[in-house]
Amino acid sequence: MNRYTQMNTTEYLKSERSHAWREELRKSVRAADRTKRERVAMPEQLPAIRAANHLEVNLGLGVEEAVGEAVRCLDCPDPTCISGCPVGVNIPKFIKYIEGRNFGEAARTLKETNALPAVCGRVCPQEVQCESQCFYTLKLKKTPVAIGNLERFAADYERTSGNLSIPAVAPSNGVKVAVVGSGPAGLAAAGDLAKLGYGVTVFEALHEIGGVLKYGIPEFRLPNVIVDVEIDNLRRMGVCFETNFIVGKTGAFDDLRAEGFKAFFIGSGAGLPNFMNIPGENCTGVFSSNEYLTRINLMGAGRQEYDTPVLSGKNVAVIGGGNTAMDSVRTAKRLGAHRAVIVYRRSMDEMPARREEIHHAQQEGVEFMCLHNPVAYLADEKGRVKQMQLQKMELGEPDASGRRRPVPIEGSEFPVDVDTVVVSVGVSPNPLISKAIPALKVSRWGTLTVDQETMQTSVPDIFAGGDIVRGGATVILAMGDGRKAAAGIHAYLQGR
Amino acid sequence: MNKIIRKEFLSENVFRMEIEAPRIAQSRKAGHFVIVRTGEGGERIPLTIADADTRAGTITLIVQKVGCSSAKLSKLNEGDYVQDVVGPLGNATHIEKAGTVLCAGGGVGVAPLFPIVQAFKRAGNRVVTVLAARTAGLLLYEKEMKEFSDDLILVTDDGSRGRKGLVTDGMEEVILRETVHQAVVIGPAVMMKYAAMLTRKYNIPTLASLNTIMVDGTGMCGACRCSVDGKTRFVCVDGPEFDAHQVDFDEMLRRMSAYREEEETAYRNYLIHEQ
Ligand SMILES: Cc1cc2nc3c(=O)[nH]c(=O)nc-3n(C[C@H](O)[C@H](O)[C@H](O)COP(=O)(O)OP(=O)(O)OC[C@H]3O[C@@H](n4cnc5c(N)ncnc54)[C@H](O)[C@@H]3O)c2cc1C
Ligand code: FES
Repeated sequence: MNRYTQMNTTEYLKSERSHAWREELRKSVRAADRTKRERVAMPEQLPAIRAANHLEVNLGLGVEEAVGEAVRCLDCPDPTCISGCPVGVNIPKFIKYIEGRNFGEAARTLKETNALPAVCGRVCPQEVQCESQCFYTLKLKKTPVAIGNLERFAADYERTSGNLSIPAVAPSNGVKVAVVGSGPAGLAAAGDLAKLGYGVTVFEALHEIGGVLKYGIPEFRLPNVIVDVEIDNLRRMGVCFETNFIVGKTGAFDDLRAEGFKAFFIGSGAGLPNFMNIPGENCTGVFSSNEYLTRINLMGAGRQEYDTPVLSGKNVAVIGGGNTAMDSVRTAKRLGAHRAVIVYRRSMDEMPARREEIHHAQQEGVEFMCLHNPVAYLADEKGRVKQMQLQKMELGEPDASGRRRPVPIEGSEFPVDVDTVVVSVGVSPNPLISKAIPALKVSRWGTLTVDQETMQTSVPDIFAGGDIVRGGATVILAMGDGRKAAAGIHAYLQGR
Repeated sequence: MNKIIRKEFLSENVFRMEIEAPRIAQSRKAGHFVIVRTGEGGERIPLTIADADTRAGTITLIVQKVGCSSAKLSKLNEGDYVQDVVGPLGNATHIEKAGTVLCAGGGVGVAPLFPIVQAFKRAGNRVVTVLAARTAGLLLYEKEMKEFSDDLILVTDDGSRGRKGLVTDGMEEVILRETVHQAVVIGPAVMMKYAAMLTRKYNIPTLASLNTIMVDGTGMCGACRCSVDGKTRFVCVDGPEFDAHQVDFDEMLRRMSAYREEEETAYRNYLIHEQ
């Protein structure tokens, strides 16, 4: 439903690029003067200060900083950056609007393809997406244009300006569609379906809307208010939210069908935490990252007015190298850990977390033990973990993922004292939905099988996207899936 | 938000609440539980559905005041609202015609036992129920249980009502006098541990319903994990009932006391505040 499907992509981009204002802007500064500029650094809280609070680390670019960074973009005739964006944001167009100080249009451009720019500007792994395909990276071997920071700037500017644009909503067509799960996939699907005139209800199992954006990603990286603004927008577009409703438990799919829902979008995420099944993993003080982060982010553990407790010690080890691991270890620091260590079985280069997160963690005093893997935990007399046994690893041949496989070094085990361990070694799809509808086709990994174009599952009125289809992936992919599925649902319902 | 339709104290520390939750009332089965949150800053606590009325659209919860969250819930009255109620969670009890079923409940474990007693009775079993409590005043659900049990044995620690002894004494008496095909035990973890040891001695298949710490109740966090037959299981989605002979109750007891200090402090602060 984005503009690209209506017109050939290259032609569309070309025609946009040839608008008079763009041509004029391009001519206003010589290319050589653009590339001379250094990338504008994101202002951040000082490491020593931020490690003791939960406020956002990145403070956001100011107007002049943003305009200055936008000037670096060459508005290339063949914008390779766009090919690095999973949802094909028209990157040069929004950046040139920033250069031209038309920030509202910049935000609107982002929203043509990205339902959650304020979120994605903060959490997308730009260094392996758009920014990795920037002309500066590819040809000039220089630091890329700060596309993510500019995206965040435009979205924040629009939000704080008080002129938040509510997308036009088609007159109600009286057809009800149910969205299961309120993470980025569900929110994006709900938004597009509402725009098309459907009566959308989002069902969420938890008491809060937002999925991982709320219970997983911490406040210091993605403040809840940012997510709440998006949710409010959807409400104003007529989307209904029902919390504390587990589809398949509180009500069956058949119940909802009987209540008039004509199609379903499942964006239930990959909520089941993996454990390593090593001795001592059920000691107290050993958490999944989901539990650790949920207690703190969703339940408010550690804050005065909240009842939920969390055991967070002085000596915390986090197992894993993804974003979830970085979020957990940085949270541990903020809860007062003297020592917070990442234990990762491969090397720094293979770490899947966003570079910025790794960098920020290092600045905040997090230690990294790469090429190590726990093999057992030992408990004190009360059952609380007091020590982990680590094994050293080396890198062998590349495995199916293309990353070099970690191989244990026999006899290299040694003990390390800890009082809290957070296991962050990935998630699997929650089998709740597939159990509720046995007719749904699932893969070997428990993900739902869908048609790549329409996101339709093996049950005709059920569509799916996000982590439930991909396994643990990213916010932008989940959001893109949600939008694709909304188009799929629309075509399905019209064709009936 | 769910409205409290009726509330009464069954003993000094145990209360019964009927809460409006029409969808849950409709879809719940014996063995299911809900997660409840009292107030904005409240904890999510699991509570078994003791009963439901589909026509009135209500579910019944039996709650013992043991800490901050249950105490806050106990303060709510008819007409008040509970912040969040979500369910039904967990797997329903596998009910079959087994022959003679021995159902043993201790403390507030008696509440979750009630729908199971009902269901086994309705499935055509001979149901013998043993209810245990510290003292007469804490015995719950005697009348209701009697209605659905072929025999009801009461046991109190101090002998103030029924036999003097522990729940296992009552159970063993039944086992010695008649063939028991299936046992169900629900209560504090220690009680279930000893009850399971007893039935293992007599080779009686036994179900225990575990009341571990939970957060989400949907399999998302693993706070509720326990070892069953050497494997890690999530009580909220794989349970709450397991083969009692395979459950590592010692591990469960340790995990359940993980937050004892925090809970005691919170409860103390709460009580000071309440004064
Ligand atoms: C700590 C952490 C940090 C991350 N950091 C990043 C990052 O920096 N960048 C990035 O791109 N990605 C990151 N990710 C991954 C990203 O958050 C996910 O890929 C994305 O949220 C998936 O979106 P989703 O909509 O598919 O599912 P989710 O966000 O998981 O939402 C699913 C929702 O569905 C609900 N639900 C499940 N079953 C039911 C049911 N039966 N009925 C009703 N509701 C149900 C769940 O309660 C949940 O709220 C991170 C993940 C975590 C955990
Ligand atoms: S309570 Fe979170 S997984 Fe069971």
